[in-house]
Order: sequence, then structure tokens, then C-alpha cells
Amino acid sequence: MKLVVLICVISLPLRVAVSDDTKDGIEEYRELIADGNPAELWELTGEEIWRTSAGPNDVSLETCDLGEGRGVVEGVYVRLPRYFEDANKVMDLEQRLIHCRMTIQGLSWEQATAHPFGDSTQSSDIEALVAYIAGQSRGRTIEVSLNHPDEKKAYELGRQFFYFRAGAHDFGCVTCHSGDGMRIRLQELPNFDDERQAQRIYGTWPAYRVSQGEVRTMQHRLYDCLRQMRFPEAIYGTDLITAITMYLAKKAEGGTFDAPAMKR
Amino acid sequence: MKTLFPLGLGCSLLLLVQSTLASDLNDEFNQLLKSSLRSKGPVKIERVLRQDEVQELCSDPDQMISTDLATQVIKQQLETVEYPEDGHFLGDWRQGEKIAQSGKGLRFNDKADVPSGGNCYACHQITADELSYGTIGPSLLGYGKMRGYSDEVLRYTWGKIYNPQGYGLCSNMPRYGHQGILTQEQIKDVMGLLLDPDSPVNQ
Repeated sequence: MKLVVLICVISLPLRVAVSDDTKDGIEEYRELIADGNPAELWELTGEEIWRTSAGPNDVSLETCDLGEGRGVVEGVYVRLPRYFEDANKVMDLEQRLIHCRMTIQGLSWEQATAHPFGDSTQSSDIEALVAYIAGQSRGRTIEVSLNHPDEKKAYELGRQFFYFRAGAHDFGCVTCHSGDGMRIRLQELPNFDDERQAQRIYGTWPAYRVSQGEVRTMQHRLYDCLRQMRFPEAIYGTDLITAITMYLAKKAEGGTFDAPAMKR
Repeated sequence: MKTLFPLGLGCSLLLLVQSTLASDLNDEFNQLLKSSLRSKGPVKIERVLRQDEVQELCSDPDQMISTDLATQVIKQQLETVEYPEDGHFLGDWRQGEKIAQSGKGLRFNDKADVPSGGNCYACHQITADELSYGTIGPSLLGYGKMRGYSDEVLRYTWGKIYNPQGYGLCSNMPRYGHQGILTQEQIKDVMGLLLDPDSPVNQ
């Protein structure tokens, strides 16, 4: 019995040490492979898709205005979501890409939103495009505008959703993301009330997910959060995800963007 | 409504204006949910559109809930707890461990006939052997050994699993019994995991 007690006493602090070591190890691993993030392949593919003529109109997306002028991709991601006058609504990058593929290339809504999330059977053009465009904001400061009333409204609705608890499990974003040092199993959870944590997390999406072998966008991240919250399925490209993204982007304001990153 | 009368007309008007503004935003919010979410598998959109009183109160970002109201709602929630009909609280801790490990059930990609897990390890440390545990809830290691196995502890623990909102408003923990996530038999098994002296939790 004494032996067991002794092991327990020793193993408790040891376990903490191991978990810190694991954390350091993961950080070190990330640094070592920082130059070899597979997301680069998505970025290259995305650039090619951006420049290649496609759709019924057989034109490229190079005239698409992502907020900083036609064809500009540098620094656009850190200022999205934002209000677009031609569409008269607030859009995140993925909604804006749908808009451009429809208005410029002549695709239908169904065609422009088909297969947004890549899997083993088929890769996603959208994930590649987002990886490319997000990569063009590396090193920039996250800074979204709430000047337009619709931008302010998107933020307010996103905030309301962050605190909205519903469904079979009474879950909301707030359940897991409003306290320090929280984990689900071993996965650490960012606290969005903490500016630095919000900046670090928001600034590293999209990301190559090692466990999925795909680059995942913010739409996908939130789609899967909602699934685990026992919410109904989020329809791709609709306004709820954009509103939540607006709220999170504002929380992360001032952070330095460093994505596509690599994550578990 | 009775409590409103002593507040006088001015206050009532103010409350009316406030609730009108709130309901405008709520209409827009509900529209947003309706246009962006769709029922799939076991998850119906109506369920999230129709919050119950606890969900509605606990969705307020500022958590402006008066002590009187909180006390009243906690009491109501505690009254929802249905204790085991046969008077037996403890099931099989081995089954309880499986339920605690499983995060399956009630997600839109789950089949309707798949029994739900409790996913207890997502938030709690429970047995010493399972190192992959979350920290949203407190550690439950040594739960029974620490508290003893009295009827009072059994009743408290059952109620807390069945409806945690009856013990403290806006708890993060799901209402496993009240919301029908786990069956009575499953709750008994989880109770066994926590309160059977032979369970690894209590070694």
C-alpha cells in the first residue's frame, strides 16, 4: 500500500511535467516543420485556380474584388468579413468567393458551393483558394471594420450567438471558450475573452489539419464546432458563420496573422 | 407578473421598451438561425429555436439574472429530477466507464438509434488510468471515497447528473436526465462508476 501511495505522490507532479513537456515538444515540432507545412501545396493549387479560366464565362477570378480592389489578394484576409456594396451585405472570404464565381465566372449557387470540404475522394477548390488568399496576409495585422451598420449588426449577431445556449446539451460557444486553462480531453481551448488567445487562434486559421490531411477553413472549423455542440447542420456559405467569424475577428483585432498554419 | 405591480408605471414602460428592442434583435437572430441551419439526422432545428427558460436566461452575455429569479428557477429545475423507481441508484461501473468514454449520440451525423454516451471524460478526470481527460469540470477521481456512500450522497449525485441546473444556474454541464440524453439505466451505470466502492474511481 505504501508503494502505491508513493507512486501516486510521485506521478502527480510528474504527470504535469509530462504534459508541459508534451506542449513544449509540440511547439518545437511546429518550429521544425514550419518550413514544410503541407498547406503550401494548397496555396500553390489555389493560386493556379485563381488564375485559371473556368465556368460558363470561361474567365479567371483575377478581376474579383475581395475588398481592397479588383484582383488584389495581398492583405485582404485580415480585413474580412466586411461589407460589400455590390452585394449589399457583409461577407466572409468564402461567401465573397461564391459571389465572384457566380457573378464573374457564371456558376450557379449550387455549382459555386459544391463540395466545399475536401475528403479522400475529392479535394476542394475552395479550400485551395482560401489557403492561397489567406497566405497573402501573412505578417499583417488583423483589423476588421465595424463602421458600416451591417458590419456592426453582423458583429452583434455573432456576439449573441457566441453566448446562445440551446439544443439537447445546452451548449454554446461560451461553454468551452470563456475560461482559461480549459481542455476537452487533451485539446486546449482558446478563451475568446482573452485578447492574446483570440489573436493566436484566429490568426492561425485556415490550417492544415494533420488528423484530416486537408487544409480547413474558418467555415469548416465552425461547422464542426456546431456539430459537436449538437446543433443542426450549418448550411455552407450562409450568414450565421460569417456573423460568428466577424465577432471572433474583432476579438482578435491587433493580432498578427500567421496562416495557413498547421494543427492537430 | 405580480412582481411588476409595485414597480409603478414608469418602470413597466421602460421594461416594455426594452423587451421590444430585444425582441427585434431576437427576430433577426431567429431569422439568421433559420436561414443558416438545417435539421439533419437526430438534430431538429426547432429544438434550438425553442429555448427553455434555463437556456434563455443563460444565453444573456451579461448574465443579468436577479437572485430571486435564479433561486426560483433552480428550485423548479431541481423538481424535475426523477429518482430511480426501484430505489436502486447504482448500476454496473464497467458499463458506466464505457458511457463516460463515449462522445457519441445526438450530433447531426449520428444515427438516431445509436445510444448516447455521456462523454464525461471530455470535461472531467475520472479514473487514474485515463490520462486523456478534460478540465472544464472538476476532477471526479476518488469521488465516492472522498464523500462516502450515504443515501444523501447518492441522491445528490443522481440529481446533479439528471439536472445540474437544479444545483447552480448556468452550469456548463448537460442535463443528462432532464433532456433525455441518457436513460435511467445509463445514469445508474455512471453512478456506479462514481459511487461503487469497487469502481476504479474509488481505489
